[in-house]
Amino acid sequence: MIWTLALPELVLAVSGLVILAAGVIPKRETFFPVSMACVGALLLAAMLVLGQAEGTALGGHYVSDAFSGFMKFLALSAAAVGILLSLDFNEREGTARFEFPVLMLFATLGAMVMISANDLLSLYLGLELLSLPLYVLAAFNRDNGRSAEAGLKYFVLGALASGLLLYGSSLVYGFAGTTNFDRLGEAFSEPNGISAGVIVGVVFVITGLAFKVSAVPFHMWTPDVYEGAPTPVTAFFASAPKVAAIALLARVLLGPFGDLVAQWQQVIVLVSLGSMILGAFAAIGQRNLKRLMAYSSIGHVGYALMGLAVGSDIGLRGLLVYMAIYVFMNLGTFAVLVSMRRAGRSVEGIEDLAGLGRTDPVTAMWMAVFMFSMAGIPPLAGFFGKLYVFLAAVQGAFWTLAVVGVLTSVVSAYYYLRIVKVMYFDAPIGNLDRAPTSLTMVMAGTGLFTAFFALWPAPMLAAAQAAAAALLG
Amino acid sequence: MNAAGFPLLSLVTFLPLAGALIIMSVRGDEEVVARNARWTALWTSLIVFLLSLILWARFDQSSAAFQFEEKLAWLPEFGVGYHMGVDGISVLFVLLSTALTPLCILASWEAIGTRVREYMIAFLVLETMMVGMFAALDFIVFYVFFEAVLIPMFLIIGVWGGPRRVYAAFKFFLYTLLGSVLMLLAILYLWYNAGTTDIPELFAQAVPRSAQTWIFFAFLASFAVKVPMWPVHTWLPDAHVEAPTAGSVILAGVLLKMGAYGFLRFTLPLLPEATATFAPLIFVLSVVAVVYTSLVALAQEDMKKLIAYSSVAHMGIVTIGIFTLNQQGLSGALFTMLAHGVVSGALFLCVGVLYDRVHSREILRYGGVAGIMPAYAMVFMLFTMASVGLPGLANFVGEFLVIVGAWKVNPWVAFGAATGMVLGAGYMLYLYRRVSFGKITRDDLRMLLDLSPREYVVFAPLIVLTLWMGIYPQSFLSFFEVSVAALVQRHEAALGAARLAGM
Repeated sequence: MIWTLALPELVLAVSGLVILAAGVIPKRETFFPVSMACVGALLLAAMLVLGQAEGTALGGHYVSDAFSGFMKFLALSAAAVGILLSLDFNEREGTARFEFPVLMLFATLGAMVMISANDLLSLYLGLELLSLPLYVLAAFNRDNGRSAEAGLKYFVLGALASGLLLYGSSLVYGFAGTTNFDRLGEAFSEPNGISAGVIVGVVFVITGLAFKVSAVPFHMWTPDVYEGAPTPVTAFFASAPKVAAIALLARVLLGPFGDLVAQWQQVIVLVSLGSMILGAFAAIGQRNLKRLMAYSSIGHVGYALMGLAVGSDIGLRGLLVYMAIYVFMNLGTFAVLVSMRRAGRSVEGIEDLAGLGRTDPVTAMWMAVFMFSMAGIPPLAGFFGKLYVFLAAVQGAFWTLAVVGVLTSVVSAYYYLRIVKVMYFDAPIGNLDRAPTSLTMVMAGTGLFTAFFALWPAPMLAAAQAAAAALLG
Repeated sequence: MNAAGFPLLSLVTFLPLAGALIIMSVRGDEEVVARNARWTALWTSLIVFLLSLILWARFDQSSAAFQFEEKLAWLPEFGVGYHMGVDGISVLFVLLSTALTPLCILASWEAIGTRVREYMIAFLVLETMMVGMFAALDFIVFYVFFEAVLIPMFLIIGVWGGPRRVYAAFKFFLYTLLGSVLMLLAILYLWYNAGTTDIPELFAQAVPRSAQTWIFFAFLASFAVKVPMWPVHTWLPDAHVEAPTAGSVILAGVLLKMGAYGFLRFTLPLLPEATATFAPLIFVLSVVAVVYTSLVALAQEDMKKLIAYSSVAHMGIVTIGIFTLNQQGLSGALFTMLAHGVVSGALFLCVGVLYDRVHSREILRYGGVAGIMPAYAMVFMLFTMASVGLPGLANFVGEFLVIVGAWKVNPWVAFGAATGMVLGAGYMLYLYRRVSFGKITRDDLRMLLDLSPREYVVFAPLIVLTLWMGIYPQSFLSFFEVSVAALVQRHEAALGAARLAGM
């Protein structure tokens, strides 16, 4: 029972409770100081994660290794940026309540528990701790019909997915006799350890997690929830929870179910193919930027899962690099989306960007960088993300995945280019409001990362390599 | 280190970006920004050109090895590095890129009146990407530059182009991207197969015969679109017609060479057996391109479209030359690429001169221009004759060598290439007659002014180059003779080895 190993989570949980209490007591609105405190707590936790020792704790429920460190650091920094995105937006929309950042903080805590889960029970615990604040956040703008609808939809479908996951876990437990990942791995490594019941259980677990990462065919909630939720919440949805769910999927499938690779591989291949194809084609007709980004995120998950489908360490490394790059360019894109206001009112149509290249060249430049990067055009970061997953697919001789992947990336380039076209080729239709400083800073930070990742990719690759090695032993 | 004693190629490659940064930081009202942007871009590109002349002076023509090499660790554990260098095949293309860019900036001096700052930035970024692509000696670095060219070109066509610019820009981008991503898969396979993406190291390793066919077609998908070969050439006329003049010049002058350069640099040395097997396919496609697009060019009513189709035809001759796989054919192909870069660029500039004054590219809109603008008509005639392949001017040497090389392989292929030259004379002379001669039928044409001093400055270097290449081609041929000989020799050795292994 070495609970000190879980220090980052403990610190984050305690500071979350303290901040919550401190936010309630004063008479006036404490949104801004609480937000700042939450960002501070997240960054503190991120520092602690960097120095975290390796090992298991809390009766084998909790594991800390290079993999969990990489993913947690990613989730924590993404969450911190997510709070920054919400500062100005919430003030203007009249939703500047101190619960908002605290909910994000607790969701991130759930994400960390998920990433470090070493038992089906702690997995479920983390997943629920992540999901419950997200349901509330989706409906945070409660007087707005779309936001309430998004929250309800997300809740109903999320509860269904949790149920499936729980059902799968119980099947696995029933047939294997344990919920601990290490002992599950041992049980399945025996020749007659794999029964049909276990396989059904694994498929249910995959289903529950595929829902969380919004992979086809469990993506249906994504466009509606992305569109309805307040924009900073959407940005958050597409970053920290996605990182956690992908991490968990990788840990579960490559860890305890690593010997069942022949069974789950075809499922992941199909999910990946479906996500890439749907993400490429369904986004073409969208006029709402948030809906478009929802389909784009489905497509990106497809590419990331390609790395998992291969099942090798190179594939896992590709997945990790892909997620890291995706999270930051996605946050940058959402920074632009959050900043889009015309005469004080938030707008989110593609045509609202018309002529941005003239009216606000700096924002337009960052947006163009993000769009070209999402389309996978070198020398931007998005290209390198794709490069490593395609490399894994080629090495594993997954030619269908690789060819479909590159072809769908051309199809999806069309709608990313359309945004560039609207910004640069079309005539302006009135000015957008000037972006607040917090957003321009996020844009510049993520934009510089996206544009200049190519100069110095070695540190991130080394970290991803170490993380992949930790998971695959 | 290298012959110059300092990282010359990197400097030539990335200096334009420094210029772009300076332009980006200029503040002030639109007039000031535009003026500063023009001058900064011009000076940056001129300095880059002067620097690149060191390549011309210090290049060792007697060696087929890569020169001016630079190596930096980038991802050492993956076998990917930043590796730059030029040999006889690529050195002149670096020079072509650096020489055409200042001319393009000069040519856009007055033609581009809106968003000058962004325009100049796009051009400087484009220069970086072009030079980097020709100098890259690592496959991943090459691919990065090769693809990155799309971004500035997309914006140049889309922002400063003609009425159908959006359609043309998308078509250009997506066509090229579709081809390139298939090449990416082939690159990844080679990477995985050899454990490195260093091009000289890749040359040393044989690619399995079974994989060569697939890789060949993946490369073909990319390079054929870029060249462009029939039947994937349809993006080119659209892109040319809609692009601003300088965009067309770079497109015809340098970007089209990227595909042919890819064949020379990668397909021939890496895939000797597949190249030999599928050369007839390339011949058929090329001959069709030469004859068909020449006929299409005869029917055009838009000057730029006509020259665009003529580019497809000329590039068909280039691909014939490349796949003859003998000294004459390959040298001819390289020479034609250079000559076409100069001449077709100049022809687009000629069209641009008229377009700037009348704002129409329709051939029938003109007539009798020779009477009003004699100096212009003279320049235009020179480049028309060069394009036709008149001896003493640039194109003749290259096309003649290609036909000689093709004759050795198959006389019918040579016949096809020669037919293209005859038809080329037809459409170019027909174009020139309709624009320059005849009666002046429209009154507004009488007002036209002849070439301005700025335009003289733009055309003078191109005229000198065209004459130089036609009269004394040896000073260009000598650059790549040794490299081409080495390439041919290696190709034959590889085929011989494969035959031995097969017995």
